[in-house]
Amino acid sequence: MKIAVASGKGGTGKTTVAVNLACLMAESSDHICYVDCDVEEPNGHLFLKPSITRQWTVSIPFPSVDDRLCDGCGKCKEICQQNAITVINGKVLVFPELCNGCGGCSLVCPQEAIREIPKEIGKAMAGHAGELGFISGRLNVGEPMAVPVIRDVKKAITDNVEAIIDAPPGTTCPMIEAVRQVDYVLLVTEPTPFGLNDLKIAVDTMSKLDLPHAVIINRAGSGDESVKDFCLDRNIPVVTEIPDDRRVAELYSQGKIIYKSLPRFKEYFEDILRAINDKRRERG
Amino acid sequence: MIAVVLVVAAMNPVNIDHVRIDIQEIKRKVKEIVVISGKGGTGKTSIVASFASLAQNAVLADCDVDAADLHLVLDPHIKRSQDFYGGKKAYIDPEKCTGCGMCVEMCRFEAIIEDGKLKNQDSNIYKIDPIGCEGCGVCAYFCPVTAITMEPQKNGKLFISEMRYGPMVHAKLGIAEENTGKLVALVRENAREIARKEGADYIIVDGPPGVGCPVISSITGADIILIVTEPTVSGLSDLKRVEKLARHFNIPATVCINKWDINPSISEKICDYCDKHQIRVLGKIRYDNAFTKAQIMKATIPEYTSGYLADEIKSVWGRLQQQLIELPSAIQ
Repeated sequence: MKIAVASGKGGTGKTTVAVNLACLMAESSDHICYVDCDVEEPNGHLFLKPSITRQWTVSIPFPSVDDRLCDGCGKCKEICQQNAITVINGKVLVFPELCNGCGGCSLVCPQEAIREIPKEIGKAMAGHAGELGFISGRLNVGEPMAVPVIRDVKKAITDNVEAIIDAPPGTTCPMIEAVRQVDYVLLVTEPTPFGLNDLKIAVDTMSKLDLPHAVIINRAGSGDESVKDFCLDRNIPVVTEIPDDRRVAELYSQGKIIYKSLPRFKEYFEDILRAINDKRRERG
Repeated sequence: MIAVVLVVAAMNPVNIDHVRIDIQEIKRKVKEIVVISGKGGTGKTSIVASFASLAQNAVLADCDVDAADLHLVLDPHIKRSQDFYGGKKAYIDPEKCTGCGMCVEMCRFEAIIEDGKLKNQDSNIYKIDPIGCEGCGVCAYFCPVTAITMEPQKNGKLFISEMRYGPMVHAKLGIAEENTGKLVALVRENAREIARKEGADYIIVDGPPGVGCPVISSITGADIILIVTEPTVSGLSDLKRVEKLARHFNIPATVCINKWDINPSISEKICDYCDKHQIRVLGKIRYDNAFTKAQIMKATIPEYTSGYLADEIKSVWGRLQQQLIELPSAIQ
């Protein structure tokens, strides 16, 4: 089973939930893998301190024009929807940052003057933290497109593991790529107006993608009841409510696994585990 | 920097007028401040909202278009809205599709999926998975029976509004829609136009988390960046990446440490890091539930409290204005 931990709003506790849950699951199974898909700002490694055994570059193909063959016809510019190619005075100029690697230009070029060469946009890595498997990706700073890195990271998940996917915040392409084809999405939120507003968007996104989902309320008690009311009203299960506690914030700040330092907090992650097990049974 | 320019100008009287004109231009030029954080949830939006209530004569722009929250505090009254068409998606006409499969072969985004069988035949017909389609148009270009067209997509909505401290531009991306970067650019473009028309001094931009496409679109060409960070291992790691991004695009960055007392030793590390990279730390704000309480009351921090928390934010705002005057880029 693949489980994604996501949220609309950033900083609600996705990584906290994902790493604590992954560690707890790894206590009773050696087939658990934590997968960091927040490739713009990956942080899971700070908590799990994995040993990396494999690292590879993520690249997308981008066009390289052979000036000797190019006759400046402009067909490549015409097909490019990204505006990544322009023709000035019969000379083709490529803007690699805008290219999404669709390959249209090289397919359409009548002179066969365009060759695609790989351009590195990020890195991916795999390893383990004790019994727990670890996969992570990292977008190179200055590169705009996170999706190809996320795609590569997810490809590295093997069939025999249960994956806990730490998704990027928001509800646009990177988040959607991270939750695509998972079995269960846990939406972490906080009981505040910002948390509620962004949760609503995340829930609508899950419905549109037809993904089974449930809610985890983090920092419960710090705000108001509106998130709970919303979940009740929309019939969305609330898996657990992790209470607001300054000690949790402090442990998080140090990169610690919460329940290992504060055993009282283990029960909340056990609640999540139970919900996952129920989901698994439901799927048969 | 000014001194150098003036010395050069003094040596060449022809340039004096030129310099004078430039300085006039600078005085008139609206300054664009972008608040980002790398990591989400560090308090960006609460701080931007607070700046709105401190700045006189600013235009606010919410560029976190897929999880926009600024309107929840500033409660804008929408004056005008417009649909945003950011890109196209392919559409396969099932009447025309012969099931040759050429599009499937050519699509790099695995966005073409089977859609049953062709009438009385064995071959498949296909449809587009709109979530996977990037709108590159390759399938439409090469379809031998022209069964594929590229349809413009309504990706969201842009709002031009007025709130209690002045104009505000914001947007709402449609559910699971794309082209965030373009919508961000549209928000900024409109904010600039309003600022020019109304003679505003500042544009204050609430940026999205991360370092990818919408963040790049939010910061390019801005006058200054304020990075709101927090003293956590994640906050520090994300700060380094977002600061590198600012340098990559050659935009001066400043830092504000929110919740600094959660981990004073990491706060110290952040200051050291900033020192080393010549980034000014404009202030520290303590960990306080008033951030949440103000949000629930739909109030900015200075509206909610006149205590130390408001003072800390005021002093960050004051230093930020000072920074804009001092920055070399401001007179270029």
